[in-house]
Amino acid sequence: MNLDFSVVPPFAGALAIGALWTILITALAGAISLIVGIGLALARIYAPGWIRALLAVPVFIILGTPLLLQLFLVYYGLSQLGLRLPAFFTGVVGLGLHYAVYNADILRAAILSVEQGQYEAGRALGFGRGATLRHFVLPQALYRALPQIGNNILVLLKDSVLVSAIGIMELVLSAQLAISRTFRPFEFYISVAAIFYLINLALEWALARITRRTEAMR
Amino acid sequence: MDLDLIMRTTQFLGEAALMTLALTAGSLVLGILAAGAIVVARLSRWTAVRALVAAYVSVMRGTPLLVQLFVLYFGGPQIGLTLSPFAAGVVTFGLNIAAYMSEGLRGAILSVDKGQTEAARTLGFGRLATMFHFILPQCAALMIRSLGVNAVILIKGTALISTIGVVDLTYSAQRIMTSSSQPFEVFGIAAAYYMLIVFGLTRIMRLAERRFALPDEARA
Amino acid sequence: MMTPMVELKGLRKVFGRLEVLRGIDMSVDKGQILSLIGPSGSGKSTLLRSVNLLETPTGGEVWLDGTRVNADLKGLAYERHVNGLRREMQMVFQQFNLFPHLTVMQNLTIGPMKLLGLSKAEAEARGEELLCKVGLAEKALAYPARLSGGQKQRVAIARALAMRPKVMLFDEVTSALDPELVDEVNAVMKDLAAEHITMLIVTHEMRFAAEVTDWAVFMDEGMVVEEGPPDRLFSDPEHPRTRSFLRKHLGA
Repeated sequence: MNLDFSVVPPFAGALAIGALWTILITALAGAISLIVGIGLALARIYAPGWIRALLAVPVFIILGTPLLLQLFLVYYGLSQLGLRLPAFFTGVVGLGLHYAVYNADILRAAILSVEQGQYEAGRALGFGRGATLRHFVLPQALYRALPQIGNNILVLLKDSVLVSAIGIMELVLSAQLAISRTFRPFEFYISVAAIFYLINLALEWALARITRRTEAMR
Repeated sequence: MDLDLIMRTTQFLGEAALMTLALTAGSLVLGILAAGAIVVARLSRWTAVRALVAAYVSVMRGTPLLVQLFVLYFGGPQIGLTLSPFAAGVVTFGLNIAAYMSEGLRGAILSVDKGQTEAARTLGFGRLATMFHFILPQCAALMIRSLGVNAVILIKGTALISTIGVVDLTYSAQRIMTSSSQPFEVFGIAAAYYMLIVFGLTRIMRLAERRFALPDEARA
Repeated sequence: MMTPMVELKGLRKVFGRLEVLRGIDMSVDKGQILSLIGPSGSGKSTLLRSVNLLETPTGGEVWLDGTRVNADLKGLAYERHVNGLRREMQMVFQQFNLFPHLTVMQNLTIGPMKLLGLSKAEAEARGEELLCKVGLAEKALAYPARLSGGQKQRVAIARALAMRPKVMLFDEVTSALDPELVDEVNAVMKDLAAEHITMLIVTHEMRFAAEVTDWAVFMDEGMVVEEGPPDRLFSDPEHPRTRSFLRKHLGA
């Protein structure tokens, strides 16, 4: 056994910056997954049949293949199409779209769970179809879906490390840079795991708080 | 579209798919066994055992799978644990999915009404016999369903093995994507293989679920 | 003097800070039919569940036919001891708790076969006899999900009887039933009473208690407030708490 955790503190700054990138990536991809997820859920309920059929294909592929492979596709595919976008952008969008599909599943069920009476009440007040959806149905659906969406965001946080495979700076990559100089993988990967565990705990706590606060609105 | 490339890619990825399949099978067996052990430990009467296992599940679920793989594969030799990339993958994926599977199995057991345990215990059955004759038969199908969901997650998770150089589907697909400049075709073929494996496994699980389902007349 | 069938000595049960049973002494003779009445939360169900150790008593002693039930044993020895004793005192639950994955007949035979070592034929003969007794012979092959609440409870009683217990414990067995199904279950219990099986019955049906049982115990706040023959207890209660409880429940 040959462990020496004193090699880690000199790289604390680098790891902290890596952690900030991880949090930023998670936040951005999480936002994309939510916004696109809502759109996708609405489309799967209200869009005409041919659009729904068209959407089913990418949904099927995203659910049935590894995220890492999807990230490679976005990374190599976009440049093949002549789109020279920064890797950071492709990584965040890829991550966000992947989880948008999972969120859409939850949101769809939540929207359908809102009682017909809510539509009728909105329409009876004089709101249009879209306005009824926006003001009455969607907010309730969001509150109901919140616990499961929160769960997806927690999974997304941990899957955000995969963007390191296409060279995006985040916690794992910053640890790899430190390891290339110290040759101490165990100490640094354990540290990375510990940092992730803490971020995960904090996020879990925050999500539980939000969920509790909005409990009455479901 | 380059037909020759597609043919060669299909063949090449077919071999890589066997690697993915082997990795999945190994991890699945280890995962199910470990998940069973975790569930038993969580029902233990010793608080320390329960706390330890709960901590294990929490850490496995609270840290990235990729980091777990790196700790074992790259960090392992430092603590005298040198594993081949394949073995490191099977151990990591198996022990990781076991944490998730154990939650599903536990949930299935807890979904059986508490009155069932009371009724069995009242008749005079012991703890083990109660579990075996009354609780498990009622939740076996639910257990298999949750195992199936986790097995699908596992299949997709095995792609991470490509980061430590095992020639699995994702590794091969990435290599051809870089060299061939036809990423969409290559992805399509790799995706087809993945979905074939997912489909096959889902079918097996569904058959098993049906085999253990209660008869229709027994359902309320 | 005859050994009591069930005897409780200073039985106490504490849930966290809540003292549910505060030292109960009680003795039930062989063949006696005893009803436990009292407001909800008085501890009567906990008392019943302490007799067969579904609740572990915090203090005091439970005796069954001369054997200490909550014996001072540990681990496996305790398990074996309790499992053995539980076979001799069967309980019928408010929520029936039939096993949904087994047919009615299997519900009746699994205990005798696995625990008493009866052959399948013997157990089924016993099961058939009991199903006739509760009037459900034609339901032997049905699953519990296909039965009405009253039928379920009659099967549950038959399942308990199939173990040939020394004591039957009834925990508000008609409380979860629709009013029109109560009578069929009460009728089965009356038949049992006529056979003088020892029974402890927790109930809120005063009329049934008066008619069927030969000793009534009124509990409140974890203590026995008053007891006696039901005729006397219901018509001429001594304690004001008994009186106010009975006024509420017999007035209707």
